[in-house]
Amino acid sequence: MDAILRNFFSLDIYAQVLPYLLSGLWTTVWLSLLVIPAGMVAGLGVALLATQSRARWVRILVAIYVDLFRAFPPLVLLIFIYYGAPFIGLDLPKLLAVFIGFVLNNASYYGEVFRAGIRSIPAGQMEAANSTGLTRWQALRHVVIPQATRNVLPDLVGNSVEVVKLTTLASVVALPELLRVSRDAQALLYNPSPIVLAALLYLALLWPLVRLVAVLERRSRVAR
Amino acid sequence: MEAIDRLVFTFFNADVAAKYLPDILRGMGVTALLGLAIVAAGLALGLGLALLRSMAPRWLRILIEIYADIMRALPPLVIIIVLFFAFPSIGISLSSFAATWLALSLILAAYAEESIWAGINAIASGQREAARSTGMSTWQALCNVVLPQALRMAMPPLTNRVISITKSTALGSVVALNEILNNAQSASSHAGNPTPLTLGALAYLVIFIPVVFIARVMESRQSWMK
Repeated sequence: MDAILRNFFSLDIYAQVLPYLLSGLWTTVWLSLLVIPAGMVAGLGVALLATQSRARWVRILVAIYVDLFRAFPPLVLLIFIYYGAPFIGLDLPKLLAVFIGFVLNNASYYGEVFRAGIRSIPAGQMEAANSTGLTRWQALRHVVIPQATRNVLPDLVGNSVEVVKLTTLASVVALPELLRVSRDAQALLYNPSPIVLAALLYLALLWPLVRLVAVLERRSRVAR
Repeated sequence: MEAIDRLVFTFFNADVAAKYLPDILRGMGVTALLGLAIVAAGLALGLGLALLRSMAPRWLRILIEIYADIMRALPPLVIIIVLFFAFPSIGISLSSFAATWLALSLILAAYAEESIWAGINAIASGQREAARSTGMSTWQALCNVVLPQALRMAMPPLTNRVISITKSTALGSVVALNEILNNAQSASSHAGNPTPLTLGALAYLVIFIPVVFIARVMESRQSWMK
């Protein structure tokens, strides 16, 4: 019991490393706030190409893209970009490598979510919108996409929770987000309390979001 | 043309590929074994927890719910690192394989429990009562009537989760587990050439493209049956 308190929940060490860990938490938060909107926009683009393009080869390419990145572990993608780029003379800053890897990965996930949303809107809506004189693009923007987004809101929030969890992979390329700084602190102090504190901070950040997803899911089931 | 030659020499170098292919293949074995072990343990534990939750007293149900929430909120890499780097200091040392397996199985179990329990909950209670009235025991009604339907409902979210968790086996490389990514990385720093990384990437595709494909087929068959 004593060993657990000393090694996992040492309050002295918590007090010592908290400011450092909070700076890591801040990096985690803004990295998430960078990747989530970018991934959503890219995903919406993927979904629009998959559902609206009249060219068959475009739809096939998009399907290949989505399946490829569904099959590819994000950490492998990140390592490939980060360690591969210098060999072709590209010296990517860490943050950019992380951003590119995460957005490429998430464009396929958000793309699948938006595609399901757009599919859930009956074709009659688009036809009705066109008959009132809206162009296809206007109809998408004002009629189809808003409803599609509302229909898949729980999945969008759910995937965004996954993005926040994904940012821990940036620790592998030494980007100083929460997990990375806690491991550095652990190595410095010879005590794993900082990692446990980091886990508690992740829990504080993500538990409310997990609950929110559950509530949204229940509400959308009731609405149906 | 010269640029393309350089690209091929860098990322698709045949000599380097031939030399390190055995390492990558060994890594594939570890990744596949680990993935199967996670799926088996995670689904079994998840099913057990869902059944327990459907008949346990209130306090136990709440405990299971808290477990599922925590495992779904924590990033997998954080759980692996806590198990591998923090637990030895309280006298529990896990190998990198055991730590990765345990962490990912516990996470998959949480998601499986939630999906299966949602399925069980969605079956109208009249079905259970009807089954009981034909003389089935509670347990028989659950296994023969409720569970088959519940599992079918839990399938689509579960297949996605199984894919994403088995992909997370790559996280084992962070605790030096000798799976594909780890072997590819050490080979490429050995060779001073990223070809092993390309091989590693292809190895993941060889394993996971069929999995994603099967999932797609199952999804479309599912929507077909409805």
